[in-house]
Amino acid sequence: MNLWLIPLFPLLGFLINGIWGRRFSKALVNLFAVGSVVASFAYVLWVLSALYPLTTAHTETYFTWIHSGSLQIGFDLTVDRLTAIMLLIITGVGLLIHIYSAGYMEHEGGYHRFFSFLNLFMFFMLLLVLASNFLLLFVGWEGVGLCSYLLIGFYFGEDFANNAGTKAFVVNRIGDFGFLLGMLLIVVHFGTLDFATIASAVASMPVEASAGVLTAITLLLFVGATGKSAQIPLFVWLPDAMAGPTPVSALIHAATMVTAGVYMIARAAFLYGHTPITLHVVALIGLFTAVMAATIGMTQNDIKRVYAYSTVSQLGYMFLGIGVGAYSDGIFHVMTHAFFKALLFLGAGSIIHGIGGEQDLRHMGGLRKYMPITFITLLAASLAISGFPGFSGFFSKDAILSAAYDYAPWMYWVGVITAGITAFYVFRAFFLAFFGDYRGHHHPHESPWVMTLPLIVLAVFSVGGGFLNVPNWLAPMFPNVEHGSPLLMWISAAVSILGIVIAYYIYILKPGTAESIAAATGPVYKLIDHKYYVDEIYGALIVRPVEAFSRTVLWKGADIAAIDGGVDGLGHRLRGIGAIFRQMQSGSIRNYATWVVLGSLLVLFVLGLAGGGR
Amino acid sequence: MTSHLLSSILFLPLAGMLVLLAMPSENRKLIRGWANAVSIATFLLSLCLIIRFDINAGGYQFMERAQWIPSIGAQYLLGMDGISLLMVLLTTLISAIAVLCSWRSITDRSKLFYSMILLLETGVLGVFLSLDLFLFYLFWDVVLIPMYFLIGIYGGERRGYAAIKFFLYTLLGSLFMLLGFLALYFQYAAQYGVYTFELQKLLTLNLPAGTEEWIFFALFLGFAVKIPMFPLHTWLPDAHTEAPTAGSVLLASLLLKMGTYGFLRFSLPLLPKASTQTWIVQLMVALSLIAIIYGALVCLTQRDWKRLVAYSSVSHMGFCTLGIFALNAKGLTGSVIQQVNHGITTGLLFLLVGFIYERRHTREISEFGGVAQVMPFYATVFAITVFASAGLPLLNGFIGEFTILSGAFQVNLWWAVVGVIGLILGAAYLLWLFQRTMLGPLKQEENKSLRDLFPRERLLVLPLVFLAFAIGIYPRPLFAVLEKPVQNILMRLAPDPRSGIADSSPATPPGRNVSTQETVASPSACWRPALAPTTPALTQGAGSKLSAGRKNRAPRLLYRSTFLSLIQVEAR
Repeated sequence: MNLWLIPLFPLLGFLINGIWGRRFSKALVNLFAVGSVVASFAYVLWVLSALYPLTTAHTETYFTWIHSGSLQIGFDLTVDRLTAIMLLIITGVGLLIHIYSAGYMEHEGGYHRFFSFLNLFMFFMLLLVLASNFLLLFVGWEGVGLCSYLLIGFYFGEDFANNAGTKAFVVNRIGDFGFLLGMLLIVVHFGTLDFATIASAVASMPVEASAGVLTAITLLLFVGATGKSAQIPLFVWLPDAMAGPTPVSALIHAATMVTAGVYMIARAAFLYGHTPITLHVVALIGLFTAVMAATIGMTQNDIKRVYAYSTVSQLGYMFLGIGVGAYSDGIFHVMTHAFFKALLFLGAGSIIHGIGGEQDLRHMGGLRKYMPITFITLLAASLAISGFPGFSGFFSKDAILSAAYDYAPWMYWVGVITAGITAFYVFRAFFLAFFGDYRGHHHPHESPWVMTLPLIVLAVFSVGGGFLNVPNWLAPMFPNVEHGSPLLMWISAAVSILGIVIAYYIYILKPGTAESIAAATGPVYKLIDHKYYVDEIYGALIVRPVEAFSRTVLWKGADIAAIDGGVDGLGHRLRGIGAIFRQMQSGSIRNYATWVVLGSLLVLFVLGLAGGGR
Repeated sequence: MTSHLLSSILFLPLAGMLVLLAMPSENRKLIRGWANAVSIATFLLSLCLIIRFDINAGGYQFMERAQWIPSIGAQYLLGMDGISLLMVLLTTLISAIAVLCSWRSITDRSKLFYSMILLLETGVLGVFLSLDLFLFYLFWDVVLIPMYFLIGIYGGERRGYAAIKFFLYTLLGSLFMLLGFLALYFQYAAQYGVYTFELQKLLTLNLPAGTEEWIFFALFLGFAVKIPMFPLHTWLPDAHTEAPTAGSVLLASLLLKMGTYGFLRFSLPLLPKASTQTWIVQLMVALSLIAIIYGALVCLTQRDWKRLVAYSSVSHMGFCTLGIFALNAKGLTGSVIQQVNHGITTGLLFLLVGFIYERRHTREISEFGGVAQVMPFYATVFAITVFASAGLPLLNGFIGEFTILSGAFQVNLWWAVVGVIGLILGAAYLLWLFQRTMLGPLKQEENKSLRDLFPRERLLVLPLVFLAFAIGIYPRPLFAVLEKPVQNILMRLAPDPRSGIADSSPATPPGRNVSTQETVASPSACWRPALAPTTPALTQGAGSKLSAGRKNRAPRLLYRSTFLSLIQVEAR
């Protein structure tokens, strides 16, 4: 099948644009950048149709990558039903975002650089989902992190963008700490990193004997997932990552890369299935992240930050789904989220593009008159993320929530309230942007067709994507899970609509209510508005102490004062000997050689005496 | 010629240096051209080794033997295994690069400069090729002299201080090393009645554990200063920072490897009892881990670009020693690969600092910022180097670090944990350096007119960048070359059943019998905390069934008995 061609196309696009793009015209850059993704998408379609119905995984082995002692790790790719979904999301949504970017980046510098990085990202992301062992997955994992770093810092003349990029990379590295140790633990216990081999080994081993080590492995891997997928406690990088161009936020920080953690756990379901403790932790972390991020989302004024927190929150739902055992519902939500969240970001990008780069909701308003297509498509996306009945988010989110009810009813209720909050803040942003009067100082205009066309396509999928029966397609891969009664779905839908209505009341019917609520809730509002002070706490507890300790104690204290001071002090005290040394250092090679030989002979002689006495 | 391949490679730079000394000092172009020609010729000649080296041969290859000082039993004895092959290739490549990178920067006293580099090359090659301890010692100290001059004459402001410090540290270290060698020499004479410095003969020595320990520490002082291991590292920041670019590159890429090479070639095989002694291993690993974390933390606080790179060496070499003292196949293989990687990436880092220093004559990080806007090619290479050094997959650093960490993990969970923390810090200081120098607004007026890399400079970095990718993507040849020598070392370390340090865990015998590559597991057990007994029957049964397979192993317990898993896996 030559699966390697799938990631190869974007890699070629990266190489061509990366090496020669500077001299290319924009059209030529587009040709290679977009063309490579088209080729990849088409090839994915061909492969999947050829392999349909893909009841068993299709693996291709290329070469041995690492071979040391008993450890052997191959460069092998696999396609199964889970990979198929991810491939379609990545190449499909990726293609739309590439097309959109051609319009969005039109007037930006570094056009070829942007597209070469975007192509490189596609390469690593495809590698991540095609990998048939943990180490190759980790290659993609780190690679997408690299591209994320490069693209967050795309405007590298700006300090905030560079800080955000470095923060993203380092925070992700902290997550990788867990991922690496998890992999090492797998190596020690299974002697391999190959998914299929581990799966069969786990299946045939007595679970009681291995529960401890499997729990350790899965928890460590999950630490990696919290980094990449921005969960508590490592979510802090994602909101800052919005410093990158908006298509990047849509592709990397909403639709694909940040879901890698969810994908990884679903991929390793053969391990997680044996570790109820870890799954419980995953569910809790997911749920708490969903609540926390949703509450922060209510207070943000930067439209991209609102959507960034909503991404964190929605990722929390996905982990909740995985944690309660509903893997296929989690992946279902990955897919619908890819549609509507990519659309939300692209729509936000269209707004930003149309009003001269402004991102602050307070300087928008009344835009529905100026950008009708953006308005309609964003409405579809907002309804989808709110879980409005019939829209895609309704099906996936409520599948997760009803599975959660079966697992623990209180999780369902917390999730439902969060869904209400989600509907509220998404529509808050929507109303602030499109209703009322325009509060900015530009001349708003609708975006060109290269940008609106992807919006329309994504809107179609945001509306109808829920009817693609992903859970059914994935059913053979994962253990079956019970769902609660259908009534639960309607309860959560009602709560969501309530959220929309409240937003309508506060921001359309009674403008000014928001301020009075903020004033009335004083300290709580302030706490949420400052994002629970998480960044400040990390800074005070970890970053600054480490830096201060390194500077004062280690470098100035130990290195310079203690060790060097000791050595130099010794030198001063032995000044007499130093004088002799100075004479030895006459600068003549012959003298040096003499000294070395003489010294050696002396030592030889002394030892000869000593040794001879034995 | 064919039978003297090693000698030809070894003495070609020296011969070139002698010719150089006969040249007129005023004719700088001739001197420069000749030095380049000699170093490149040496590199090309060393490539013959790749063709003729037999990966499957277990012992030393291309052996050359001649009487040298019969009265004390010192011979001229050269030979090469996979480890020395990699080191020799690294040496000839880096030396050629070091010579070429001085094209413009060295104008004063260039004759002495180039002859010192060529002398240094012969010295380093000799270290990696000698199979006679006395010959090894000679080359070891030969290296010292040209390096002293390179720092002391061509260095920065505090060159005098740095040179003396370097010289005294390493000279003292090497004297202790010599003492250790001499102890072995006399012990051998006492046991066999023959005086010899030949490594392979000395390998037959059977010393009491206590004697081995003393000799181990004598050698340790020599090797640890060179690597350098904490706390013997403080010569390094000064020497690196003050040395001219070529000196820093040679120092970091080659001289530091002499120390780790010494451990692999001498300490471990000659002194297996001491090298597997629990407290010694724990001490060595502790020093390695301290170096990893400490070096990285100190990097975070540096304001001088070159000094930061210098301290990063302390951290990276900590990984190499960690791998060595994991005492298993993964650790040792990873360590050698990481040494090669460190030679490539740190060489690149020093070259890049050198390029910018030649343009701006400052190394203060705060003097830069936004340089990527005026030097995009430079920034790209720098970015690749930073990520290679930070251990990003598909670049070389990752391969070595991952292999070392999996070796360390096999012995002790916490070693790997600390190592991985070092990786995080590594990413932090490297990215921070990159951000502060390359990114952000272009504030300084002087930086606005910086020229991007010249063709000669591109020629210098591209081979190293290529290698960084090649090793990261297809490291298989390195693993293949190292398989036999690593097995040989492990065979030496396999505990002698009579000596009483053998592991008594019941799971060990099948594990050791079925795969010599994992021999390690057994000595490691004696310093692993709280080892619970495994069930021999299951392991053994599965093990013998798979004994023909290449990847079976007796899995070991790590911390709690509940964490036990008894599984035998044959991958794919």
